[in-house]
Amino acid sequence: MDLKLDHHSEDNLTIVDVEGEIDVYTAPRLRELLIDLVNKGNFHLLVNMEKVDFLDSTGLGVLVGGLKRVRAHDGSLELVCTQERILKIFRITGLTKVFGIYSSVDEAKEMHGRDK
Amino acid sequence: MATVELTFSALPAHVRTARLVATAIARRTGVAEEILDEVRLAVGEACSRAVEAHRLHCPDEPVRIELRDDEGRFEVTVTDVAPSDDVTPRVLAANGNPMPEMAGLGLAVIAGLADDVEVLPGPKGMCIRMSWPASSNGAAATA
Repeated sequence: MDLKLDHHSEDNLTIVDVEGEIDVYTAPRLRELLIDLVNKGNFHLLVNMEKVDFLDSTGLGVLVGGLKRVRAHDGSLELVCTQERILKIFRITGLTKVFGIYSSVDEAKEMHGRDK
Repeated sequence: MATVELTFSALPAHVRTARLVATAIARRTGVAEEILDEVRLAVGEACSRAVEAHRLHCPDEPVRIELRDDEGRFEVTVTDVAPSDDVTPRVLAANGNPMPEMAGLGLAVIAGLADDVEVLPGPKGMCIRMSWPASSNGAAATA
């Protein structure tokens, strides 16, 4: 499956819905979207990965790069993911300590609201 | 020993094809279903590294992947011919620039996933050989 990207804003939070495979071929599209969102002043991003079938280190690099960009503006980039096969790659690389990872968009929104 | 060999142009789009082929053959070889995701990811990482190295050094040369059923092991060897000492993949930042602090992440992922991994100098570039247990008669695929 190719990569589908969508996004919408709720209050101060921009939710990025990702569907399909994030790899060396498709990751540049996600990178461009994250850059575009940050350039337009969206500094609190929530990437919903519930429909992601595949993620490799190229995709991880894009997410870490996005995180660095939003942090430069005191922003945040957090993830929604419950799929074990996707979570495994975050655990192997130690990135579970870098990203806030939530089990649902609602849970992430609730935590984001508390932090405001 | 049954072997499938695949060569593909050093294009990111073909990495997905290599992943799909590797997963299909792993299943046929008898690799357990719960390990197939690991095979898919590790092969993808190795092929991504090779494609990036070729795009940098020799974009016209194909990447080669061998998939073997080796007496109860499913073995994959990804070989590049890029004349580089750098075996680490280039992980790109959001601005498209390489991220040195992320270098080696792909190999770290492979090491975390494959049951057995070797990174060896090839005839011109690098070989990444990795393997997983498989039933000797492919029984896991039909169990």
